[in-house]
Amino acid sequence: MKLLFEKSLPGSCGRYLPDSDVPEYALPEDALRKTPPALPELSETELSRHYSALSRRTYGVNCGFYPLGSCTMKYNPRINEELAALPGFTEVHPLQPEHTVSGCRAVLDLAEDALCRVTGMDAMSFQPAAGAHGEFTGLLLIRAYHRARGDFKRMKILVPDSAHGTNPASAAMAGFDVVNLPSREDGLVDLDALRRAAGEDTAGLMLTNPNTLGLFDTGIREIADIVHEAGGLLYYDGANLNAVLGVARPGDMGFDVVHLNLHKTFSTPHGGGGPGSGPVGCKEALRPYLPASRLAGAVSPESIGQVRAFHGNFLVVVRALAYLLSLGSDGLLEASETAVLNANYLLHRLSPKYKAAYSGRCMHEFVLTLEDLKSETGVSALDLAKALADRGIHPPTMYFPLIVHEALMLEPTETETKETLDEAADLFLELYKAAHDRPELLKNAPLNTPVRRPDEVAAARNPVLRYTPGEAAQE
Amino acid sequence: MGGYIPSPDTERREMLAALGLESASDLFSHIPGGVKLSAPLDLPGGKSELEVRREVSALAARNTVFPTVLRGAGAYRHYIPSVVKYIPAKEEFLTAYTPYQAEISQGILQAIFEYQTMICELTGMDVSNASVYDGASAAAEAAAMCRERKRTKTLVSAAASPETIATLRTYSEGAGAEVVLIPAPEGKTDPSALVALLDGETACVYIQQPNFFGLLEPCEALAAATHTAGAKFVMGVNPISLGLIKSPSECGADVAVGEGQPLGLPLSWGGPYLGFMAASRALMRRLPGRLVGQTHDAEGNRVFVLTLQAREQHIRREKAGSNICSNEALCALTAAVYMAAMGPGGVKDAASQSVSKAHYLAGRLCRIPGVSLAYPGEFFHEFVTTLPVSRETALAALEKGGILGGLPVDRGLLWCVTEVVSRAELDKTAEILEEVCRK
Repeated sequence: MKLLFEKSLPGSCGRYLPDSDVPEYALPEDALRKTPPALPELSETELSRHYSALSRRTYGVNCGFYPLGSCTMKYNPRINEELAALPGFTEVHPLQPEHTVSGCRAVLDLAEDALCRVTGMDAMSFQPAAGAHGEFTGLLLIRAYHRARGDFKRMKILVPDSAHGTNPASAAMAGFDVVNLPSREDGLVDLDALRRAAGEDTAGLMLTNPNTLGLFDTGIREIADIVHEAGGLLYYDGANLNAVLGVARPGDMGFDVVHLNLHKTFSTPHGGGGPGSGPVGCKEALRPYLPASRLAGAVSPESIGQVRAFHGNFLVVVRALAYLLSLGSDGLLEASETAVLNANYLLHRLSPKYKAAYSGRCMHEFVLTLEDLKSETGVSALDLAKALADRGIHPPTMYFPLIVHEALMLEPTETETKETLDEAADLFLELYKAAHDRPELLKNAPLNTPVRRPDEVAAARNPVLRYTPGEAAQE
Repeated sequence: MGGYIPSPDTERREMLAALGLESASDLFSHIPGGVKLSAPLDLPGGKSELEVRREVSALAARNTVFPTVLRGAGAYRHYIPSVVKYIPAKEEFLTAYTPYQAEISQGILQAIFEYQTMICELTGMDVSNASVYDGASAAAEAAAMCRERKRTKTLVSAAASPETIATLRTYSEGAGAEVVLIPAPEGKTDPSALVALLDGETACVYIQQPNFFGLLEPCEALAAATHTAGAKFVMGVNPISLGLIKSPSECGADVAVGEGQPLGLPLSWGGPYLGFMAASRALMRRLPGRLVGQTHDAEGNRVFVLTLQAREQHIRREKAGSNICSNEALCALTAAVYMAAMGPGGVKDAASQSVSKAHYLAGRLCRIPGVSLAYPGEFFHEFVTTLPVSRETALAALEKGGILGGLPVDRGLLWCVTEVVSRAELDKTAEILEEVCRK
């Protein structure tokens, strides 16, 4: 379909501003740009239709089943949107005096209190804007903690090889050396390898629990003891918290710092790639190092400073607070129980044909390996994913974690019915059969989507990252 | 059933039975005691939608919404056309994840591609990414982009936003890279101080335009000095201003970043906002975050995809240039809708009305004895005035009149005027202040 620029009709823009009611002030000529930016010009009708067409070419949670592992694509309640749009929140300047923003402060305080109870932490900052931002922040807290104790040699962060890519990337950004820990055959942390790796230079260990394979690491207390005895701290990647709400708390597992993904566990919409919110919680000993806005005042002298402007993605926190109030203690537990039940049920339905990468009870998600299917039929995890997209299901996360070959990671979440899970399972089984009978069907998928598989190699070889008039060869 | 769980108990019992389990708690039997909670979370029980609506609305009602906002300092109240609020609320855009599956994500991918194009147009730069968290973190990411093995230092103007400087420091501290302030004695970056500070270890120079005090910096000269020393020139810009004033590319910038909030995002007590980043083609592969590129499918259709992913954390892990994953996609979409709705004329109008109104207020205020511009030089839509009374007295009087006055800074108040403020409101502001200063 056409781009905005290809629909542009000069002079057709709506009239949004009145004429100026003050004398014009002309800035000096040499301060002005020579040519105006070539922004598109569209009437409001054309603009609305353009984006309606784009929205029809976008698949959201409300379009259907979205078992994208590690992303917790649960339903995003509408009430949360309405509350986040209240003018009492949206029309407040971030640098208003304190006595005029007590409602905003209360939102953060209530969310902090609730999330600390959920995680077993003592304090929290909402400044980080997403999970990776939270990781970076949390690692700087760990760094500040060691340095405040005069301990400058702890420059290594241990990261299991099953970890999200953001973990090692964040550790490197925070100035640490990354030590990759190989996982055991059962997918859990190898305690012996951990003992060998932990020492006087260990700043900490980053862990997701349940891990990215969907397995709860039952050795977590021993893991914590090993790291703590070596003088390091434990960092909890909260991406998978949806499995353990009201069941187990990172703080009780021995973690010192956590980040949460409010856009995963706490139902705030992902917006096609943000805005998220990645609050960082910590134990009392790390509280002085939490980040805060400098212009808004109240930064502890020991603070790591700030990781962005102002107070974080505040409206995302409003949504998460509304969700926390809606669910409460009982609802949070029920959410996790159902998320884990749905995952186990779906795995159970698939297990006659599909192979889980690791045996044992899964938590809220699980990983399949299609290695056998690929060697038998030539059909890869990618092919199966595309065939699912063709049939109206958002594909699972592909080729992650990296330690599983031909991986598909499924996270159904709690907001799906048994009927949806059964239909998905039936489709998976049908495609399994099709992979053996008519593999070319899957290799050619998708056929029914707005476009076919893109040539990604061409995209990377000759990057076209913007529209240039005259270069629109095709549509 | 609370918790937005659609399956009734009966259905869940069926699923448990299929697994050979009796109750949901059996799903967690392998979690060791001592780790497993023995009591429910210490939180109230779940509430109905009506109760939640009342409770959260009451919190919103505790805030003061000023009818007149004359404060900016990094967050600006511009007019937001209705259509700009409605389009991003479409549920497909709202509830989609990052567009990993291109075939079913063409809508969001095309919207980001269009956003990237508009950011390139505004800044004059060659390439734009799909967004980062906000303007301050965009500045920090830009500094990281420019670092090389032997050049790691960032020089940042003391007239940049304190929030940006603080964020730059935090990020650079992580990387073990030095951040040095370029003095701005009269509210503007001192060019000779810049020249003196530039050396073979300087990776980049960061200048904010218009700067924190609203003044226009001599960016072309600063860029030339920077390039002579072999360093990169990074500009932090206000996107609305670019409807009117020189683009970063005209000034000679290698990287242009900024806070995208003025492009259709409400103040929202500071977020979610939007960091935009654009660069010269030479730096394309060093841009952090998502990039949407154009390609084609087997049938020759134009297709958009996430591209150059080999830069990113999920591939490169600890060797990635940045850890960013989720960014501010929906805010980028909002900014795109804003720019398309307003068009070049509308953005320019918002910019020039803001400039004119700021100068009108400055003129009115400076007629009050004891009030004068704290710094010389041309300014955009922000300016600092001195005050003959305490800042607190002045702000309290304005607050009574429903006006959020300028931000307290060293020399007085930092005012901001945008196109949404009427002449009558500006006159009222001047009258209140006149009254206070007379006492």
